[in-house]
Order: sequence, then C-alpha cells, then structure tokens
Amino acid sequence: MASGGILLFVAIPVCGLIAASEARESTISLSDPYVLQILRFTLLQAVLSAGLSIALAIPIARALARRQSFAGRDLLLRLFAVPLGLPQLVAVLGLVSVFGRQGWLNSLLGSVGLPPLPSLFGLKGILLAHVFFNMPLAVRFLLARLDAVPQEYWRLAASLGFPPPSVFRLIEWPHMRTVLPGVFALIFMLCVTSFTVVLTLGGGPQATTLEVAIYQALRFDFDPVLAARLAGLQILLCALLLIGLQGMTLGFVGGARLAASTVRPDSGDKGGKVLDILLIGCGALLVVLPLAAILWDGLDADMSRLAGNATLWRAAMWSLILGLSAAVLATLTASTLARAIARSRGTVALIFRMSGNLVLLIPPLVLAAGMFLLLHRLVDPQHLAPYAVVAINAIMALPFAMAVTEPAFRGSFLVHDRLADSLGIEGLSRFRLVEWPVIKRSLALGFLVALLVSIGDFGIIAFFGSEDLITLPLYLYQRIGSYRFNDAAAIALVLLVVCLALSWIIERQSRREARFSQ
Amino acid sequence: MNKAWFAAACFTAWALCPQIAAAEELTIYTYESFTADWGPGPKVKQNFEKECSCTVKFVAIQDGVAMLNRLQLEGAATKADVVLGLDNNLVTEAKELGLFAPHGLDPAKHRAPQWRDEFFMPYDYGHFAFVYDSQVLSKPPQSLAELVNGAGDEKIIIEDPRTSTPGLGLLLWMKDVFGEGAADAWRRLKGRILTVTPGWSEAYGLFTKGEAPMVLSYTTSPAYHVIEEKTDRYKAANFSEGHYVQIEVAGVIKGSPRLDLARRFIAFMMGPGFQDVIPTTNWMWPAGEISKPLPAAFDALIQPTKTLMIDPDMVARNRKRWTEEWLNATSR
Repeated sequence: MASGGILLFVAIPVCGLIAASEARESTISLSDPYVLQILRFTLLQAVLSAGLSIALAIPIARALARRQSFAGRDLLLRLFAVPLGLPQLVAVLGLVSVFGRQGWLNSLLGSVGLPPLPSLFGLKGILLAHVFFNMPLAVRFLLARLDAVPQEYWRLAASLGFPPPSVFRLIEWPHMRTVLPGVFALIFMLCVTSFTVVLTLGGGPQATTLEVAIYQALRFDFDPVLAARLAGLQILLCALLLIGLQGMTLGFVGGARLAASTVRPDSGDKGGKVLDILLIGCGALLVVLPLAAILWDGLDADMSRLAGNATLWRAAMWSLILGLSAAVLATLTASTLARAIARSRGTVALIFRMSGNLVLLIPPLVLAAGMFLLLHRLVDPQHLAPYAVVAINAIMALPFAMAVTEPAFRGSFLVHDRLADSLGIEGLSRFRLVEWPVIKRSLALGFLVALLVSIGDFGIIAFFGSEDLITLPLYLYQRIGSYRFNDAAAIALVLLVVCLALSWIIERQSRREARFSQ
Repeated sequence: MNKAWFAAACFTAWALCPQIAAAEELTIYTYESFTADWGPGPKVKQNFEKECSCTVKFVAIQDGVAMLNRLQLEGAATKADVVLGLDNNLVTEAKELGLFAPHGLDPAKHRAPQWRDEFFMPYDYGHFAFVYDSQVLSKPPQSLAELVNGAGDEKIIIEDPRTSTPGLGLLLWMKDVFGEGAADAWRRLKGRILTVTPGWSEAYGLFTKGEAPMVLSYTTSPAYHVIEEKTDRYKAANFSEGHYVQIEVAGVIKGSPRLDLARRFIAFMMGPGFQDVIPTTNWMWPAGEISKPLPAAFDALIQPTKTLMIDPDMVARNRKRWTEEWLNATSR
C-alpha cells in the first residue's frame, strides 16, 4: 500500500508535466550517439565510484569494529555522517582546498621537495569526490551491521582460535553481505544522479552524466518529454541492477542485539592493531581533512557580522524544520515498506524494494516542475512550497532510510515474527514490545541519514525557494552568486556544525537507551 | 434633510475608503541575487514604494533561465506583473510565450549597446571577459585568438553552455569571432581547459582557490574585489576582437491587472532611484540615468573596444546546433 502510494505520488506529477508540454519534436532520440556516450560514462563512473567506495569501506569498517574504544571514535563516526549533509559545491571546494593545485597536500609536498599531486580534474577527481561522499556512509552502514553480530559469535571464534582470515570468511563477510548489495545500489544510484561533482571536477564535457542531459532538457530547452525519457532510461538501468543484486541478499541475518558495545577477543593481536590504526587513520584523513578545510575557510570569514544577520538564523531554522519533517516522513515510509518487504517474498518483495529505491533516480527537478504544474492553479505556490520541499526531500531520502531499516526489519522478523505470532501479539503492541526495542538504533541511523540528506539538498529548494523560504544551502549559493565566498565559507561552517550537532544528539539518545537495556 | 446628506456623505466616504486604504501590490519576478539583502532589491523596493504609494512584492526565482521556466509552467495564469532579469539570449523564447506587453517607453533611450526592443527594456549590462590573477599571470592574452592558440599549461576554467548563461555567452562569443572556424578554435582551446563547470559559482570558486589563473567571468568582476576586498589582484583581460555582451532586461505582463503601475515601474527603473543602486550591488554597468558618479573602481575597469552580440532570434534558432558543434569539438 505504501509503495503504491509512493509510485502514484511520483507518477502523477511526471505525467502531468509531460501532458502539459506541447508535443515538441525532440531533437534527440534515445539512440542518439550522444545519449549513448553519456550513458556509457554515467555507468562507468557510477560503477567505479560505488565499487571503490565499498572496497575502501570494508576494511575500514572491520578495523573500526575491532577497535571498539579509542579516543575520538565517537567523534570520528559522527564526522563520517557529515559529508552527506553538505551541498556538493561546498564539499568540492573543501576537497580542492586539500588536494588541489594550491591545496594543503601540495604545499606539504612542496615544502619537503616532493613533486606535486597530479591534477584533480578528470575521472580521478570525480572518483575522489564520490568516495569522499559515499565511503563514510558505507562505513557507517557496515559498522552498524557488524555491531549487531551477537557476542556469542566472537566468543566462539576466540575459543576456537580463528585466525583473522577465518573471522572474515565465517563471521564478518556473511553479515556484511546482507547489507552490501543495498549499500552498493544506493551509492550507485547516488553517483548516477551526481551533477555538480561530475561537471565541476570532470574536466570537460566528455564527463557528462544523464542527469546533465535531463537538466539541460528541462531548463534550457524546456523539453519535458525528453527529460522524462532520459529519466526513464536512468530508472530502467538501475532497476536492472537492483534485480541483478537480488540474488545476493540471501543469507541468515541473525538477531539484532540490544547491547551497545561488543567485546572483541581478536583485537589483541599486535600486527592487526597496527594495520587497523593505519586503515582508520587513512579513512579518517580522507574524510576529516576536507571538513577541516571547510572549517578553516569558515573561521577565516567575518563570522561576527554574519551571526548578526537575521537571514542566517531564519535559514538555519527552515533547514531544521524542513529537514526534520522530511526525515520523519522518510523514516516512517521506510519502516512501513521495510516491514512489508520482510513479510513478503519473491516478486512482491522485489517490487516493494524497487519502488523504495528507484525514487532516487527521478530527477528532483522533474518532480518539482510536475508538482508545480499540477497545483499552482489550486494553491498559491508560496504556500505550496514548504510542503512540496518536504515531500520531495522525503522521497529522495527514502532509499537512504531503507538501506538501514530494511536489513534491521528483516533480521527482527526472522527471529521474532513466528514467536510473536504464536504468542498472539498483534499490531501496535507487537511493534512496541517486539520490534521497536530491537530496531531502534537502526531507525535512529536511518533517521539521521535521511535528515542530513534533506539538510544538504540544494536542487529542490532552488526551485521552490523564495525570500521567505530559505535554507542554509540556498543562502550559501546566494552568497557565492554575489562574489561573497567568505560569507559562503562561514555558512558552510554553520552547516557543518549543525550536521555534527544533530548527529551527536540523535546518536546519544539511542546509545543511552541501548546502554540501559543491556 | 440634513440626515440624508450626512448619510450620503458617509456612504461616499465608505465607498471610497477601499481605494485609499488598499495599496496596490506590484508583483515582480526576479532572480535571487537581486532580492538578497546585499543585492539591489531592498533599496529599489524602498525607493519605488516612496514614489508610487504601493507595495512591491518580489518573487525570487533562482536565475534568468528558471524564471523563463516558471513562466512556461504558469502560462497566462502567472501572477507576475513585471519580469525583471531575463537576458538578451532568453528574450526570443520569452516573446514566444505571448505573455508580454510593450513597455511603452522609447526603445532607444538607454545606454546598453545595440538594443532596440519595444517589449524588453534593459536595466543593466556587462561584458563577458576572462578574469585573471595578476599575481600568477603577468602577461595575459590580448585577444581571443591569442587565448585559443596559447600555451597549454596556462589553464582556464569555463562554464558549460548547456547549463549556464556565461557558458552560453562564451559559445556565442567564439561563434561571432571565428564564425565557421569556431569548431576548430574550440579544438585548439580544449588543451587549455582545466574544467567546464555547471555554473559561474563553481568556476569562480575554483578560480579564487587558485586552481587556474584564468576564468570566464565579467569585466565588472575586478570591481567587487577592489571595493569589498581592497585588492586589485584580479583583473580582466581586454581582447582586441571585442567582448560579448550580456544585457539584462525587464518586461511587463500583458494580462496584468496593474499594467499601468507595471509600466510606471519600468520608467522608474530607468531613472536614478533604481540605477544608482545597481553598480555596487549587481556589479554591472547601469543602462539608465544615474545621479551620482560611478565608484572609482569602475573607472579602472577595462572598456571593450567593440561590443559583440548575435541577434537574439538567430541565437534561438541555432543554439542547439552550435552547442552540439561545441560538444563534438571538445569532447572527442
């Protein structure tokens, strides 16, 4: 029912948009060599980005799972969630500050007489940026999965004297495998729809994704039919991928535990310790350095003048209101969908899962324009705007929330469902007594991720924004558009702090509850 | 008898009241950087409201292209009275919508180069130029041909013509200068292009971070740095073939119930109340009358020897083909 609702909600504006446009002769058909070329590049960079992000995330997640307590672990994990909440341009400029021609690393290398880094632009720049955005996310998801492995597994492994390869093969991999396809698909879809990063760091128009063509079709050419066709192509591709990945999600998930921390008997090994530190260190540097650059640039700016500006506070307030609303909506929908998926099998489950994930591929601009078209005669666009932004942001955040809640529900279902059935616990009580305590932490992570994604959004608010409805990313872009890069840097800093604060609040809540129930 | 007169007087007063009490509200569609606190919007609103005893309501839409899209979506049901911020390249498509009425002013009475249009009146203009960092580049190119044939290791950052108006401006500039040889010129320029960004913000951001010594921007960009940042490090290169112009225009909507007020705004727009605000908030050259001299920094800006502009109708007809030509030349 929920998935039906989502599909309808998405399909109606799109159809409305297509119907409203005149039947213009599209100059580009889908078999045009231009389209094929950008399709090829879109797929190439998405597969490489997703593959690289996951390949790096697995060892780092394992290392973090082994090192359960070291100074700054919590802070590091919080920081890992932050890139998601930043607009792409902010992150790109942060990366340029660190890895660019006049960046920190080059200055460092220059001062010790080493040659500078190769140019940031081209496919490698795109991969770097995508890894920056997605590897931390993958690490968080994988770590959440590893943290949920029952304590008994580790004790048994220790008593049987498992060497590290066996630990990986017999314990870690089977568990990680259950979330990997979902995470890969999510990152893949994110990279397919990546726009600013690809164009800015791509080095030239040979680095063009379908999203650019859609943007061009909708904005400059006003050809919604073409835009819809290209979007359809995007969706078809990813649907194929998702279907292909279905085969990989089998495997026993195991019960999700209540306790917050695990004791890892295998963490004593000296050699392993060094390797872990190295891995965590590298991962941390990749993520933390650009964030530090953003912080640095922000501190450089005239914060005191900006702090007195009422618009800044208004933007922050709206960012929070819209973000929280969208996150709540996304998490609720994700939970409903996840429950439905856990309870059904085969094609039905597939349809639910696809509908939840594929919505990410519908260009927000198409949804926004379609919605506007349908409703602007009925409702004043100014009043419509906040609701539209929340709704579309919720849809965009849905796959993120689902990537976390779906495995959690599946696990809970496998362990508890039959028992609850046999005890006759139904409906709300079942949710409250059986499922909620177990999936709480996953839901919190899913909520946090959805929240950050909504806060960092720029595309949708750019369409609906106005003098009254302004968010931090929109305010930031406005400042940049008038040469005020320093102000923009300060706003980026505010965004960073907000994301970090939210991350801390939400996780502290769930961690505290989990500790009490141990 | 007295009571009747009294009642009649009251009735008349009451009937007239709405006319006096309700100030008319003029809805102006414009782009975001116009209505921002540091943009021209607030001052313009203040000045016009003093003159007209009405209220001005700005509807801020992302940029010129988004404004056009909004009008395409709304059609005749649009609530706009005035549309301010379209540029010379968007005007043909705007006219095709059939939503605009003539502004009623003398189309020649303004300072923008080569513009005569009875529907759209220019309020400011600027020339595209390559802005360079004089601390890094001591000998900038003196012409577009020199830029195209220049050394490959002095990189430039440009914007994408598919997604941004400066990018489109450069495309048209190259077309106007090189004509049929534009594709070849792009092929030669390709080696110098560091990256092609989706918009001006990304390009200028990368430029100020030192990724490349040159970026496509406006002749007026250095003025911002001189006035606000007190540095004359960034300068614009003066090209001998001339510079392509971007003219920003405003028009009135045919179906507006406040057409007279809208036309009054356009007239106000050409006067000092509006134009005085433009130079240091919009960072463009004013197209109308100003009452005080421009800031000193504007005198130091380069003055193009020639203004280039391709007829908007021709641009509209050929844009797709020229963009494809650009794509073929730069991405293969």
